[in-house]
Amino acid sequence: MSDISCPAPAQSLLKRGDRTARRHAAEARFRACGLGAILIGLAALAVLLASVLTSGLGAFRQSYIHLPIHLSEAELDQSGTRDTEVMKKVTTIGYGKVIDKALAEAVAQAGIAIDGLTDDDISGIISREAAAQVRDMVLSNPDLIGETIDLSVLANGRIDGYLKGRVTAESAALDSNVSPAQLQLADAMMERGLLSLDFNAAFLTAPDASDQRPEAAGLGVAILGSAYMMLIVLALALPIGVAASIYLEEFAPKNRLTDLIEVNIANLAAVPSIVFGILGLAIFINFAGLPQSAPVVGGLVLTLMTLPTIIIATRASLKAVPPSIREAALGLGASRMQAVFHHVLPLAAPGILTGTILGLAQALGETAPLLLIGMVAFVREYPAAPPEGLFDPASALPVQIYNWTQRADPAFVERASGAIIVLLAFLLVMNAAAILLRRRFERRW
Amino acid sequence: MSAIWTLLTLLILAALGFALGRARALASAGGDIRALHSLPGHYGWATVLFTLVPALSLLALLTMAAPLTPAGTVAVVALALAALAWSLRRIAPDFRARRTVERGVLVLLVLAACVAIATTAGIVLSMLFETQNFFAQYGWRDFFLSTTWAPRFQGNSDLGILPLLWGTLYVSFIALVFAVPVGLFAAIYMAEYASRRFRAIVKPGIEVLAGIPTIVYGLFALITVGPLLRDYFAQPLGVGSSGSSVMTAGLVMGIMLIPFVSSLSDDIIAQVPQSLRDGSLGLGATRSETICQVILPAALPGIVGAVLLAASRAIGETMIVVLGAGAAAKLSLNPFEAMTTITVKIVSQLTGDSDFAAPETLVAFALGLTLFAITLCLNVLALAIVRKYREQYE
Repeated sequence: MSDISCPAPAQSLLKRGDRTARRHAAEARFRACGLGAILIGLAALAVLLASVLTSGLGAFRQSYIHLPIHLSEAELDQSGTRDTEVMKKVTTIGYGKVIDKALAEAVAQAGIAIDGLTDDDISGIISREAAAQVRDMVLSNPDLIGETIDLSVLANGRIDGYLKGRVTAESAALDSNVSPAQLQLADAMMERGLLSLDFNAAFLTAPDASDQRPEAAGLGVAILGSAYMMLIVLALALPIGVAASIYLEEFAPKNRLTDLIEVNIANLAAVPSIVFGILGLAIFINFAGLPQSAPVVGGLVLTLMTLPTIIIATRASLKAVPPSIREAALGLGASRMQAVFHHVLPLAAPGILTGTILGLAQALGETAPLLLIGMVAFVREYPAAPPEGLFDPASALPVQIYNWTQRADPAFVERASGAIIVLLAFLLVMNAAAILLRRRFERRW
Repeated sequence: MSAIWTLLTLLILAALGFALGRARALASAGGDIRALHSLPGHYGWATVLFTLVPALSLLALLTMAAPLTPAGTVAVVALALAALAWSLRRIAPDFRARRTVERGVLVLLVLAACVAIATTAGIVLSMLFETQNFFAQYGWRDFFLSTTWAPRFQGNSDLGILPLLWGTLYVSFIALVFAVPVGLFAAIYMAEYASRRFRAIVKPGIEVLAGIPTIVYGLFALITVGPLLRDYFAQPLGVGSSGSSVMTAGLVMGIMLIPFVSSLSDDIIAQVPQSLRDGSLGLGATRSETICQVILPAALPGIVGAVLLAASRAIGETMIVVLGAGAAAKLSLNPFEAMTTITVKIVSQLTGDSDFAAPETLVAFALGLTLFAITLCLNVLALAIVRKYREQYE
């Protein structure tokens, strides 16, 4: 046996060489990149939520002025009959005067004296919406006339901005809508408890307000409109989606028609949402003559958009039900239809419901198609109760947000962010429900 | 609105029909259900089908032709009543109710499945029809080849698609440049490195980004990212003074696409067979070498498909560009300038009071059709690639 001459290794295997070190460094770098990418994603989410929360939480608090208001008969019901038809002749201007007087008295009584403060300045700190609110209140209850009632009325949007830090003395000096003297008055009134920031329930219930009255703008009509649309989507997309999935998954023969349907569903899931808006405009409004900005049209468009989502989810959960269930039912003499409807469908129901809720959540946040079917219109009237109300003009949550971003007054940015918080809260609830449903009822076979 | 009340009446009639049909079937068998061909409920459902289907078809026809008149309502209800009476008379122990009902239900299922075809047909036909009207008034050559977009109210507008197409592609490009590496790296880390616990916490966090509506991203672009880019990048560098810009929209859209790219790639990487990984690691490669030289090449077709799907998403995205990119149609290379996209112009031409005879309005349909065609091509291509890839490893 001869010795095999073995060249001595250039370096010990026990010591890490240069090349290995480089490779390990590359490995560490690669890993850090991956972690970095995840952190970028999470950071983006955090910044997004923080930005919406910081600019939107203010919308849930609103400045109110607390005043004893004397509803004098001489001003508001000269006839003395308390007949609402007659009283309607007194416009909001008449009520505005009553409120201005009450405010001037309250300011004088509190002993507030500020240089350069005119009567117009004092009345200017009240929202123009306040007179309309008092008028509505009196008209619905004429017996209030002649009494002195303690009321909280909305403060002007700029004063509200001052309380929330959006308006400062410097910016007020440049602003024709508010004077520094008014801000001093607001400070003084705050000290005496005449003015305060309170929870803003009206933000969730009141209708939209005009460009000059951001303080009065609320989401009532939009929430109602969105709810109506979700109702329609649920009523149409769930049965149609489930029926289509049952056909495709359980009954469809392998033929051209089935292939065509499958390809169509896969593509519809990826069609840009705005294209559905064009479809709604061309078919439902221009061709079928349904009214513009009505929840029924929005609901139909969103139904078509949501269908692929629901179909895909439903098919997945039908597929997850083992064939043994079907075979057992068939073996006992059930027809295929009975096997599906009595046995497979109930077992697939949790998955179908989860998919439906996720589809609804997607539909709730969709904006672009609704812009095209006229839901951007300025709507102050609440839609009537369904079914007639489905044809009344209404707004929708995401469209209302878009609408507010297009207004000039910066106070509307706060409103838009607040509306986003409301929208995200709804989505959170829906998604949480979907997750709970899945956790609670999901079965592994 | 009488249509809705007619519908409710029909439903009540149908419920009545179910009860009557079931009762009559039981009575005809003398209370012994073994004498019946089908279950009593099947006779009820058969009555429901016979009552509803003709009446509903008539109702649909009438409402489609003109608003429903009281005479129409009476006709529909009368038809339903007649059908109800007729179907009740047919009920006998040897009437094959189950077969009848199931055949009817199957037809309903097929109709529901065909809604998808009808939707696509509706999309294509509605846009084709209006696009034809548009091209009758405005030359197609000018539309596809002109480099100016300047609609005017008086008419005589320049409606060239090129600046819009450029804006669309530019924004999408920036979005993809941001989203693809981030999404891909996130997917790789999640699939190959992350521990089970880390994955369970982080994956839903990234996926939350996918559930946020685009209007929220739009507002984020408008109030946060736009001013930030303007104040800290564009203005100090002297390259732009506008909050809305291609960069703003592109970045925010990139954030939106991260979960889209990462979850698709995650699925695809997970499908690469474990034997490939084991082989590479066994030969002494580090994990990153395995990923870069074995797994990614094997997963490449799937990843390309995912990127194409993301691109189609980006091209069709509306709210982020409406709020973030601006409204000026321009052909420019500067990413800090405001530009506009096809979707923005569809929205601006079709919202508000629009006159459906003017080319300024009709152009939106031509834009929509172009957009649909582009995204359709991308989707078909991407879906084909992804499907082929799946089959390869199945």
